[in-house]
Amino acid sequence: MKLIYEKSSPGRRASVIPRYENLRAPEVPSDLRRSEPPRLPEVPEFELIRHFTELSTRNFGVDTGFYPLGSCTMKYNPRINERLAALPGFARLHPLQEEEGAQGALELMWRLQEILAEVTGLDAVSLQPAAGSQGELTGLMLVRAYFAARGESEQRRKVVIPDTAHGTNPASVTMAGYELTHVQTDARGNVDVDDLRGKVDEHTAALMLTNPSTLGLFDENIAEIEEIFHGAGALMYYDGANLNAVCGISRPGDMGFDIVHINLHKTFSQPHGGGGPGGGPIAVRDILEPFLPVPAVVRRDDGGFGLDFDRPQTIGKVRGFTGPFGVFVRSYAYIRMWGPRLREMSETAVLNANYVLARLKDAYDLPFDRLCMHEFVVSARSLKKQYGCTALDVAKRLMDYGFHPPTIYFPLIVPEALMVEPTETETKETLDAFCDAMLEIAREAAEQPELLKEAPHNRPVRRLDEVRAAKRPVVKYGFEEHPQPDAEQASAAQSPSGV
Amino acid sequence: MTQHPFLALTESDREEMLRTVGAGSVDELFGDLPAAVRLQRPLDLEPQLSEQEVFAHLAELADRNADASRELSFLGAGIYDHYVPAVVDTILQRGELLTAYTPYQPEMSQGVLQAIFEYQTAICELTGMDVSNASGYDGTTVAADACYVAKHATGREKLVVTEATNPQVRQVVKTYAAGFGLEIVEVPHRDGTTDPDELERAVADAAAVIFQQPNFFGCLEPAPELVARANDAGALPIAHVDLLSLGVLEAPGRYGAALALGEGQAAGNFPSFGGPHYGFLAAREEFIRRMPGRIVGETVDTAGERGYVLTLQTREQHIRREKATSNITTNQTLLALGGLVYLTWLGPQGLREVGETCLSLAAYAKQRLAEVAGLEVAFADEATFKEFAVRVGRNAREVVSAARELGVHPGYALGRDYEGMDDALLVAVTEQRTPAEIDRLADVLAEVVG
Repeated sequence: MKLIYEKSSPGRRASVIPRYENLRAPEVPSDLRRSEPPRLPEVPEFELIRHFTELSTRNFGVDTGFYPLGSCTMKYNPRINERLAALPGFARLHPLQEEEGAQGALELMWRLQEILAEVTGLDAVSLQPAAGSQGELTGLMLVRAYFAARGESEQRRKVVIPDTAHGTNPASVTMAGYELTHVQTDARGNVDVDDLRGKVDEHTAALMLTNPSTLGLFDENIAEIEEIFHGAGALMYYDGANLNAVCGISRPGDMGFDIVHINLHKTFSQPHGGGGPGGGPIAVRDILEPFLPVPAVVRRDDGGFGLDFDRPQTIGKVRGFTGPFGVFVRSYAYIRMWGPRLREMSETAVLNANYVLARLKDAYDLPFDRLCMHEFVVSARSLKKQYGCTALDVAKRLMDYGFHPPTIYFPLIVPEALMVEPTETETKETLDAFCDAMLEIAREAAEQPELLKEAPHNRPVRRLDEVRAAKRPVVKYGFEEHPQPDAEQASAAQSPSGV
Repeated sequence: MTQHPFLALTESDREEMLRTVGAGSVDELFGDLPAAVRLQRPLDLEPQLSEQEVFAHLAELADRNADASRELSFLGAGIYDHYVPAVVDTILQRGELLTAYTPYQPEMSQGVLQAIFEYQTAICELTGMDVSNASGYDGTTVAADACYVAKHATGREKLVVTEATNPQVRQVVKTYAAGFGLEIVEVPHRDGTTDPDELERAVADAAAVIFQQPNFFGCLEPAPELVARANDAGALPIAHVDLLSLGVLEAPGRYGAALALGEGQAAGNFPSFGGPHYGFLAAREEFIRRMPGRIVGETVDTAGERGYVLTLQTREQHIRREKATSNITTNQTLLALGGLVYLTWLGPQGLREVGETCLSLAAYAKQRLAEVAGLEVAFADEATFKEFAVRVGRNAREVVSAARELGVHPGYALGRDYEGMDDALLVAVTEQRTPAEIDRLADVLAEVVG
């Protein structure tokens, strides 16, 4: 398929801009004036629509089909949320509007904060972080501020992370200026408590833990872990990526965690948009509230809502304004459409995952033979050993069956990992069709392994050469190497989309 | 209880599934959770609402906001009321794009990948840079990202930021800098712009210099001169720019900036009370392996056909972990796609025309307000783009309140961020304003100030 730049022809345009010929445009000083126009595409409006519509047909979303991408919670995104976020009272509201002119928006944020505090079992919430990884970094900044206020910032330099952690955890630790301590996973898939004991002491600032873990397993020793960290005076951070497993069933605050981030684009249905936006609010125990980012959204004594900048111990701002408000609109609406029935959401997510696991566990290797939570990890290790078919091959072959593949090669401690998260969305018929495909693929690996190794067969492109892309990076269109195509040809060229 | 609309399992489905699992009840599936950590009561949330009830509730909340459709507004200060064409809404609502995750599996995601590649191209064209990432969270966090690049590229530990850079950007950079081990030095403005000599004195041993063009007051900085002084000292010049100015203002790559970045909202996103928007981040080629976040690259498939993939992933957290160039994973792809659709809608001529219309209308507003007794245009000698500061002779926040009573939001009160500017308003004029609306602003301010 052509790039939009290859459909461009000088002089074409889609926009008409208001012009005021009777007003004098001031001259831009010559040394600051644009010397050469940018080569933006030049197309009429209908070509624009056709181009991006064609791109959409070459993409797969939850709206297209089953998307069991582990750790990403690809659930249905209700359409009413889009209509709500687009209301002019939200979409066209300026973030620097006076508080009196933004009471509805502030109330919505305050209400969402209250809900997230209840769901996480914690005391105070900041909606500001833009995504989960920024929530993590913000959380670690809170840890630093907390210990600085206690005079322990020089002493406590270490953050403990299990080997199953998302890559964002260690990356956030470095960005926050902390040092890493790794802890291992035991034979049941829990944090290895014996390993942990030797590694937590007066130099430890915090633990970062995902629970259920990226293996989809709830840590059975959570009470003991809590004793170890709080006993050493350290704090506990909860990576909320897997919160979809436990809403209304178990709350991070009740597990002993002091700081939690919530991925609004996972558990609370902000559509992920092919990579974002997200939302990463953090909820904290009261001892950490003074350090939260400013401004805080507060309910005033007169019942109105306001922004409080007067927080002397704040870590500062981590993002512009008060956070990604449009995301809050969608997540707030989503939660209100569940109410206390959020528990059913998590129960169904866990049932769906266990059902798929039960149907697959004889055909794939199972690193930890336990009931899972909202997701599970199996391995293609035997398929690789016996038939040379890897997790990647299984993933690519699934595409031919019309499914988005699971997350692969993560967590790192499971070789040939396939991490499956069905979510609560999906009918039993869809789950069965997916299981049937996975079982069929395991058979194909034995009988016709090339079917897997050459997959996918019916996508707009065949398997792509990622090594080549990294070796000789081409990261933008090379206008120089592609002379302007003939205008007529460009508009006539409706190449079929390669299926 | 009735079946929830977002769930599908029937009672018989559930029974059959539990049988397959070998569990007697859904509750048994949670057997690994110690009793002490299990919530023994329902969540204390308000009861479930139907779709029509949730619409009514949120529509009522929306009605209590004075947005730009209800109030004539000259608010800017980093977020602007530019027109967002219908084509943007149409494309962003395509479910295949809206409801996809990050394109980890390129064969399932050619649509988003190609769009990001096209977006990267557009950002490079506008900024005059060689490489753009797929977006950052917003115009503040990409500045912090750039500081991380500069720290590692230079090995230096000082950061120079001009005072005329957006205060929110400065605040976020400051929050991040503590963890990066960077010390921040601010260079004050002199009558609305930065003095290159003063910058030069501050820049010795600095990793980078962040400046904004047009700056927070709307004034045009002597950007080429600032960049030259930074480069002479071996500090990376980082230009914080407005995409919509780049049809009329020079591309920062052309005058030697090392990185160019900013808030993308003005180009294709609604203000939305502060987000979600996209931050753009572009750099010269030499920094490609230090860039934070996703980057899409061109490649071929096994049949030799062109295709797109996430590339240079060894920079990123899921591979590199604690040695990653950033912790970012989720970015703002959908909003950046909105930017690409908008920039395509504009084309090079439209981009220049939006810039020229902003220039004309802002100049008209400056002239009209200068004629009002009691008002004085601040930094009157400096060239501006779409925004300018005006002294109102009394507390500007009071003027805002009084003008809003008359149905006009006259702009941002600069005293919130700058000492000695309690009487100053920052007035933004986009192509959405008309001369008649500007006349009304002048009349209202005359009434309030006079």
